[in-house]
Amino acid sequence: MSNRYDNLEHSLALLEMMERIRAFEEQACLAAERDKLVLGAIHPSIGQEAVAAGVMTHLRESDILLSTHRGHGHTLAKGSSSLAMMRELLGRQGGCCGGKGGSMHIADFGVGMLGANGVVGANISIAAGAAHGIRLLGDDRIVVDIFGDGAINRGPFLEGLNWAAVFDLPILFVCEDNQYSATTRTQTMTGGDGPVARAKSLGLRASEVDGNDVEAVAAVSQEIITRLRAGGGPELLHAKTYRRTGHTSFDPAAYRPEGESAAQERENDPISRQQQALKERGVAGQIFEKLHQSAQQEMTEVLAEAAATGFPDDASAFDDVQDIGSPAKEPF
Amino acid sequence: MPVMTYMEAGRAAVRLAMQADPTVWCVGEDLGRGGVFGQYKGLREEFGAARISDAPISEAGIMGAALGAAMVGTRPIVEMRFSDFALCATDELVNQIAKARFMFGGQMRVPLVVRKPIGMWRSSAAQHSQSLESWYAHVPGLVVACPSTPQDTFSMLRAAIECDDPVVFMEHKNIWALEGNVDFAETVEFGKARVRRKGGDVSIVSWSNTANLAQDAASLLAADGIDAEVVDLRSLWPWDKETVLNSVRKTGHLVVAHESVAVAGFGAEVVATVAEHAGAALQGPVRRLGAPRGLIAYAPNLEDRMRVTTEMIAQAARETLGKTTA
Repeated sequence: MSNRYDNLEHSLALLEMMERIRAFEEQACLAAERDKLVLGAIHPSIGQEAVAAGVMTHLRESDILLSTHRGHGHTLAKGSSSLAMMRELLGRQGGCCGGKGGSMHIADFGVGMLGANGVVGANISIAAGAAHGIRLLGDDRIVVDIFGDGAINRGPFLEGLNWAAVFDLPILFVCEDNQYSATTRTQTMTGGDGPVARAKSLGLRASEVDGNDVEAVAAVSQEIITRLRAGGGPELLHAKTYRRTGHTSFDPAAYRPEGESAAQERENDPISRQQQALKERGVAGQIFEKLHQSAQQEMTEVLAEAAATGFPDDASAFDDVQDIGSPAKEPF
Repeated sequence: MPVMTYMEAGRAAVRLAMQADPTVWCVGEDLGRGGVFGQYKGLREEFGAARISDAPISEAGIMGAALGAAMVGTRPIVEMRFSDFALCATDELVNQIAKARFMFGGQMRVPLVVRKPIGMWRSSAAQHSQSLESWYAHVPGLVVACPSTPQDTFSMLRAAIECDDPVVFMEHKNIWALEGNVDFAETVEFGKARVRRKGGDVSIVSWSNTANLAQDAASLLAADGIDAEVVDLRSLWPWDKETVLNSVRKTGHLVVAHESVAVAGFGAEVVATVAEHAGAALQGPVRRLGAPRGLIAYAPNLEDRMRVTTEMIAQAARETLGKTTA
């Protein structure tokens, strides 16, 4: 397999990150459904962890990431604190957005994560602009923008990709294709040949990858990001994966063909596939168990600690709206 | 103190800000050629194509890109050409720019200015003539500026570029050539009205070009022996309640006049605030003038049916004072 890493440590790090994302999402779902601690909607990325782990492994802390409403995995893989993230999901003090944003607006500027977004596709032109700003400032950061398959039917896909092409910006657009647009099969609502064809028509270099093969994602991302760092223009990567849960944690996904998700879990789970690949390279099963347990322990503790944290001060409801005409000074 | 047009005053503000701060840049359609009205003429020669940047006809893309560029440390000035076209970028402005700082818990600010020329100018019909300032006054997170003179355009645009909040900056298209003295040293604070004429009989509250009409109306009224006070709000968020309330407490009579549609217009906010806080001072009926809830037509006679005129403002003042002439 040409797209396997020679460096076993790196291969294990990818597995470890996927385990951490999985464990985080599982705890977040428990917090929502069992504990009723997550009050709003969350959009789990269970089954899609390879995209987050495989792309983000090549980013520096100063590089920029923008993500979607299904962005926990990307944010964690960019280096954000699992505790600050879980606190944000629970709307607590010390959440990465102070409890103001919740799951759908998770952001951690300290690690270059400039925000998930509650509006499908909206992050695309914002990300292009971040790359534009970087170019104006003359620094060497690059931008990764992740969006779903549904987003390619929104205007910002056209406007943002065209913008990146026209200004020749250092940005990688990743279409994380989980095959569902909320509760509808994306294929039934999309004309033409999909994101790669659309991106190429706008002058971007575009490629496709098995989004459940973490090393394949990592290998192709490395090639693209190397080109971006060398001054190459914008690119799109179409990572094909599968959303194993419903649209939100509350959605039973009854609209899916029976057995579809179970078959994906059985045959196409990114964690199992990476374990299998590593096993074939002689890695012992105990190591997988250790990584799994360690991730489970981290996220269980994180949930307990987040749940033990208080809500934000009432007064902060009026903070950070604006300086001039601030509701904190002039409540109406 | 140089005499400048309303347009030149805006250009001077941009130029000085760009000279002072290398992170300030302008982006919009046709900016390389000076912008659709010539507001940016000569700036590309001075600052180059990267800082006076053309853009595809993608208002949503321009607005979204400006947010991203602001988040990484630049200070964009976004040109929307016509406020009507900025509606294509409503998600980017209302859902993204206005909310980003709050949603992300104050991790960053969005220091950008959106220039959106408003207003009727001859025969531009329904998609190039609107005044939608009250929409943005309704959106928390935004500052809304509507200057009416060259001096205020200069000082308010400088303040808009310097502040860390997103500012919706609405210049009126019909007064690009309006001339006036501009003192580069004069600064303004958003939320401070300009009392353009002091008077004791009736308070006329307005903004944007209608404030100029209100001042003309005050001259007509003076000839009738009516001493009107003209308050130009200059910014709608924040807005200067104190000056308006004090004026009404003094005169006991209120006229509010604006070009935008009267229904749910910002005039209603002004009148409601006066009713809440200075209602007892009112000695006559309040008059509120705005466009009918109709659409702006191409034919000049039909277009004129949507206008608030100097004479209408004067007449409303006479009515609230019970001094109507036959």
